[in-house]
Amino acid sequence: MVNLGFSIGDLLFKNPVLTASGTFGYGTEFEDFMDVSKLGGIILKGTTLEPREGNSYPRMAETPSGMLNSVGLQNRGIDYFEKNIYPHVSGYNTNVIVNINGNYVDDYVALAERIEKLDKIPAIELNISCPNVKMGGMAFGTNLDSAREVIKAVRAVYSKKLIVKLSPNVTNIVDFARIAEEEGADSVSLINTLLGMSVDIKNMKPSLSTITGGLSGPAIKPVALRMVWQVAKSVKIPVIGIGGIMNTSDAIEFLIAGATAVQIGTASFIDPQASVKIVEGIREYLADKKFSDIKEIIGLINRD
Amino acid sequence: MTKRIEDLKIKGNKRLNKDIFILELSGNAKIPEMKPGQFAQVKIEGSPETFLRRPISIHDVDYENNTFKLLIQIAGKGTDTLSRLEKGDFLNLIYPLGNSFSLPEKGERSLLVGGGCGVAPLLFLAKNLKSNGYTPDVLLGYRNIERIIEYQEFSQTGKVFLTTEDGSKGEKGFVTDHSVLSSPSYDMIYCCGPDSMLKAVAGYCKKNRIRCEVSLENLMGCGIGACLCCIVETIRGNLCTCTDGPVFNINELKW
Repeated sequence: MVNLGFSIGDLLFKNPVLTASGTFGYGTEFEDFMDVSKLGGIILKGTTLEPREGNSYPRMAETPSGMLNSVGLQNRGIDYFEKNIYPHVSGYNTNVIVNINGNYVDDYVALAERIEKLDKIPAIELNISCPNVKMGGMAFGTNLDSAREVIKAVRAVYSKKLIVKLSPNVTNIVDFARIAEEEGADSVSLINTLLGMSVDIKNMKPSLSTITGGLSGPAIKPVALRMVWQVAKSVKIPVIGIGGIMNTSDAIEFLIAGATAVQIGTASFIDPQASVKIVEGIREYLADKKFSDIKEIIGLINRD
Repeated sequence: MTKRIEDLKIKGNKRLNKDIFILELSGNAKIPEMKPGQFAQVKIEGSPETFLRRPISIHDVDYENNTFKLLIQIAGKGTDTLSRLEKGDFLNLIYPLGNSFSLPEKGERSLLVGGGCGVAPLLFLAKNLKSNGYTPDVLLGYRNIERIIEYQEFSQTGKVFLTTEDGSKGEKGFVTDHSVLSSPSYDMIYCCGPDSMLKAVAGYCKKNRIRCEVSLENLMGCGIGACLCCIVETIRGNLCTCTDGPVFNINELKW
């Protein structure tokens, strides 16, 4: 038997494969294809206090080995979530984590307080890295003082596990990870999408209504891996690796580079079963290599 | 209706004209029940430039022989790759996806309007209406005589009217110029085609108070309502074309 489990503080995860926010809906969209409870956890789509319609169409463009999106946090708000989504997702036998967003620090605080009261949500992912909203989002995650302010404020009201999702659109992501750790975050997840752009030369216009958007998919994997490796060497809290993971070998790369767990994002659009296949793939890889515990390979290249 | 992901075998690849072809697929397992208007998310193998799946309408279904058809226009690298598939190859599909066209009320007269490769979901609809006891008329619009596709197939479902932009066959002009629309006699119109055509037909239906459903072709990421990329503005807010559509009643759309 191979042990795939890990923990963030005292919160246990059955395996290191989670789904990335905004790529897995509320899990329900995937029930025809897989048993959601086989995952280590799922991170639900970005939630805000008020409902948001998001940005105008077109909000997606295919790019080589990836895609740009500028969805802009379309969601129905926390009231709808509590009433209509929570009763269903609380039935999943896995860690259900809500990704929270706001325009102001107070929005994040209010959301964290609301979600703290939901028994079956053991953690939140603080999104300070969405590149597609005019206010909040990445604005918090690309300035050290603002990042510190929002993390501190949420930490003060939220007692369960706090994961901070970092933006790659900074000069030194390690500084942001250190601030998260200093302010009491239990884990950091990285990377959110890279700010990018595409032009439709047929119509001679930007491909996205917002001109710029977030790049995801295998195109960003080497950048994500480098950042995860840098951060994992610099903080003691668990690092969750995200960025272009399409299959088992991609996931293993992140683990060896120092990620304690991974999130599967864009891959779920092309293969809705990608995440569960990766759980099994990691198990087989470890068995083949004669490891009995996943911890044996985490950060292997960073050890003396 | 359960969605599934599976590899299907190519039974045939028939070229209809320079850039439109039909893939016939056969299931290993029994194919699921599909409804007119639904689509499949088709995986494109072999190039990092065609990273995402392509949404393709279900064109025709033959439950008896456990096969169904996709009618595809070559619009870029992805569809070009699909056009090169050969008998015996496999294609990975997520299907059946999306909602479907609604049936008319008993005794109502319906018209199916299609332009170019927009005829794709309408053949399945025409056959379905016919088997449910309706006798729908069909109005097809093409650029010119060389571009006409699936005329014979539609003829077997009922009366077919034609327009070509250059007048090389049928009446000259766009579908909305056709004489069959000059005196409104339909209760329900179904439409699929280029945006300009959908809007023209929707305008005609609104003016004449005819119920109308259109099938939209927005860019899609996932096809299952997870990425929220394919949205269309409606009176109920931004909805996903892939799960709330692709078929919409025109009264819902903010056109």
